[in-house]
Amino acid sequence: MPKASVGTLYRGHEGMWSWVAHRITGVLVFFFLFAHVLDTALVRVSPNDYNTVIATYKNPIVGLLEAGLVGAVLYHALNGLRVMAVDFWGKGPRFQKTMLWSVVVLWVVLMVPFLIVQLGHIAQGA
Amino acid sequence: MTTLDTEPATPAATVDVGAVASFTITLRIRRFNPEVDPEPHWEDYQVQAYGSERVLDALHKVKWEQDGTLTFRRSCAHGVCGSDAMRINGRNRLACKTLIKDASPDRPITIEAVKGLPLLKDLVVDMEPFFDSYRDVMPFLIPSGHEPTRENLQSREERARFDETTKCILCAACTTSCPVFWTDGQYLGPAAIVAAHRFIFDSRDHGARERLEVLNDREGVWRCRTTFNCTEACPRGIHVTAMIAEVKKALLTRTM
Ligand code: SF4
Ligand code: FES
Repeated sequence: MPKASVGTLYRGHEGMWSWVAHRITGVLVFFFLFAHVLDTALVRVSPNDYNTVIATYKNPIVGLLEAGLVGAVLYHALNGLRVMAVDFWGKGPRFQKTMLWSVVVLWVVLMVPFLIVQLGHIAQGA
Repeated sequence: MTTLDTEPATPAATVDVGAVASFTITLRIRRFNPEVDPEPHWEDYQVQAYGSERVLDALHKVKWEQDGTLTFRRSCAHGVCGSDAMRINGRNRLACKTLIKDASPDRPITIEAVKGLPLLKDLVVDMEPFFDSYRDVMPFLIPSGHEPTRENLQSREERARFDETTKCILCAACTTSCPVFWTDGQYLGPAAIVAAHRFIFDSRDHGARERLEVLNDREGVWRCRTTFNCTEACPRGIHVTAMIAEVKKALLTRTM
């Protein structure tokens, strides 16, 4: 049975890597939502247990995970706008790279103040 | 005296100016013979080449002078027939349009078959799934009503509307560069959508409704995730992603 050739990694450009990042952040956000639905559902089962579970979230590791989650959501949202522009704005395909770098810059601009606040919270053990 | 001195020197100088430096390059080719190899493997070949030659010329030297079993497709050797799309240094290219000097001649040039279609031998893949998708979009003019009794005229503007997609040579470089196509072989792929675009936006054609129906399918245009690999790979400079986006828009705005 002939098989498809796999071989080396395809050397795509910005467009391909932005898509890879979009996929990864999408999966991360999905798993967060999955856990989030579970823990929130717990409040209806037993409010006390819910409080216990939420209390375990107050530690530095979860604090860092939260920071990662915000980063993932932010990239997914901004790049999602770019993908829509590529498909439905006439000049979108021509400016896709410019738009990608704008997404990256905007992401950094928004993440830096957020991380300062979030790391402050983590340092205070909140 | 001066004349005598310079005259013998002149021919020598001319030869120097005219000479193009040739150098040894390494081709690292992913070989596969289905009759003996369980898996494809890499093989290195040294050839003498000029920077102005194409990768296809180097492949010919390997086949004609070193190893006649090397198998690849080519026909026109001038970027017209679309036979020799392959992955050169990790990107889909026509071997006949890629100059040695542009393909990192100081490092081994990696050459392998395109991705996502069944590998038959060395650089040859089975193109049938690709052509099946092409047939699916009905790439022929569908007229309406009675057989015409006079010329079917078209204005310059109407012709220009689909000019870009008439340039496709069906090389499959775009479809086999698409990450969606690698994992989902059922996806129609960029080349079939380009072929559909060529007729959908042709004022003489009346099959747009049927074609858009095919393209609106689960495995149609909506699979496109705009990675732009196809646009970057197309040897004809077709803005494939932009053409796909036009079809997406046509699907949303059509009057059902
Ligand atoms: S659109 Fe370009 S890359 Fe795709 S098959 Fe046609 S010529 Fe080849
Ligand atoms: S051999 Fe015809 S396109 Fe390259």
